[in-house]
Amino acid sequence: MATLTATDHPPTTTRRVRHPIAGVLRWAVIIAVLLVVLYPLIWMVGTSFKSQRELASNLSVWPEVFTPGNYVEGWTGLPGVTFGRFFLNSIVLACLVVLANMASCLVTAYAFARLRFPLRSLWFALMIGTLLLPSHVLIVPQFVLFTHFGWVGTLLPLVVPKLLATEAFFVFLMVQFMRGVPRELDEAAMIDGCGPYRVFWHIILPLSRPALVTTAIFSFIWTWNDFFTQLVYLSDPADYTVPIGLRAFMDAAGQQAIGPMFAMSVLSLVPVFVFFLAFQRLLVAGINTTGLKG
Amino acid sequence: MAGYVFLTPWLIGLIGITAIPMLYSLYLSFTRYNLLRPPEWIGIANYERMLSDPNFRHAVWVTLMFALVSVPLKLTVALGVALLLNRERRGIGFFRALLYLPSLLGGSVALAIVWQAMFGVTGAFNNLLGLVGIEGRGWVNDPDTALWTLVLLAVWQFGAPMVIFLAGLKQIPTELYEAAWVDGAGRIRAFWHVTLPMLSPVIFFNLVLEMINGFQGFTSAYVIGNGNGSPAGSTLLYTVYLYLRGFGNLQMGYASAMAWVFLIAVGLLTVVLFTTGRMWVHYGDGDR
Repeated sequence: MATLTATDHPPTTTRRVRHPIAGVLRWAVIIAVLLVVLYPLIWMVGTSFKSQRELASNLSVWPEVFTPGNYVEGWTGLPGVTFGRFFLNSIVLACLVVLANMASCLVTAYAFARLRFPLRSLWFALMIGTLLLPSHVLIVPQFVLFTHFGWVGTLLPLVVPKLLATEAFFVFLMVQFMRGVPRELDEAAMIDGCGPYRVFWHIILPLSRPALVTTAIFSFIWTWNDFFTQLVYLSDPADYTVPIGLRAFMDAAGQQAIGPMFAMSVLSLVPVFVFFLAFQRLLVAGINTTGLKG
Repeated sequence: MAGYVFLTPWLIGLIGITAIPMLYSLYLSFTRYNLLRPPEWIGIANYERMLSDPNFRHAVWVTLMFALVSVPLKLTVALGVALLLNRERRGIGFFRALLYLPSLLGGSVALAIVWQAMFGVTGAFNNLLGLVGIEGRGWVNDPDTALWTLVLLAVWQFGAPMVIFLAGLKQIPTELYEAAWVDGAGRIRAFWHVTLPMLSPVIFFNLVLEMINGFQGFTSAYVIGNGNGSPAGSTLLYTVYLYLRGFGNLQMGYASAMAWVFLIAVGLLTVVLFTTGRMWVHYGDGDR
């Protein structure tokens, strides 16, 4: 047997002796893929630090001299509104959405995962159904609705729906998580005289911390990157968030301002990158439980 | 009844933010409505108009091309890289995380801006081609190639399905490979007869998810196509056209009709995927 193993039929996942060349080749391919994948990001960062002269002449990815000029120039943003304003708006919006999603999805998930009530499976099926509902289908009637409410041009159309647990992904994620919390804990608390409200407050809420953190991270990143709804509802430049500001900046400055545009693009990705560095384990675990997208 | 207390916010959302707006948009789809004057009933005129609207047909074609090319390509790359990374080794987690990064960044306006510049006349892509002596062109300015830059941007974000594939690969019992090996199967046969069937539920899951996402791409097409599907409508995805009709021309009735056609199309696609899925997806040992 031993003579057969190495070269003839190397099995794919067992830890037998493997052909050394195959291992080297595998790592060479992995590193090549990684370089191709990271190339646009490296080019983006490198370009953002090139001076006007280097932008025209230096074709290499990395600048010869690091100049922060593009950042200074880009920060001024649109006439009368700096990128500071856009960042502030984005941060406020993202924080509101994070809080709204955490609260509303947690209570909804608790009902689905733990409580018995009439029509529960019907509602649950509908909740799963809304997971597959494209947001573009609802944008027109919701816009009409919010126009009648006088909400267009405020943050309300971007935040209020989240207070009503419309992000079914997070409800689903939390339901899955709560199903893993031992029911004996609820039952013990019930025997001690706790009703469903106190079970929620003293048992489910504290034990759901990991699911809440995952929800918070994804809510933040999604809201930070979201373009479509913000494009529809924000009209005054003073209310623009980072993605809308970037896009308007691109329209106003055109292709000539590639340096400042790249500088602001890099800045706009910094929060997402920081979240990625801090929470990459949780993010990967989050996709595995529900197939959440980035 | 405590259940309904906890369910109240979601129920209000379901009825007020989802169900009623959906029915309202069905009604609007039979009207002419520009937000300023009340909706005017015009029957199925919006739907008839779609049939003769060349831009509509073009948008359908562009969207189909985009989704039907980018999704299989993205899943193939994701599976290929997952197979490469499927090793019990330290350091794999590092590579997995870095390859996942584009899935977090790729949908942003910033990346679309970078992509547009990268595939422009003086962009990094042409610089690379220049190194091997190929003369490039303005890939995003040419109607023949602009859509393919969007496809590349979608494929670049293969990290999320890759992570799901990796988790699926870990679930395949080693004994199956040992049995295949004892039977004289090589790497390639083991892949076809063990890996693919055992992984088919995960492949199916990724396929459904990515298809639904693929048909809904908006940000990158809107930014790279300069907000109007340029050059020459080559990046006019269905969602971009819907947005332009609704919020550019304020044709809320026509946009609503487009939204309903979209909903039915995505619904049908999901049904087709689930029906055909039964033929090739193996769930556990029970159905064998």
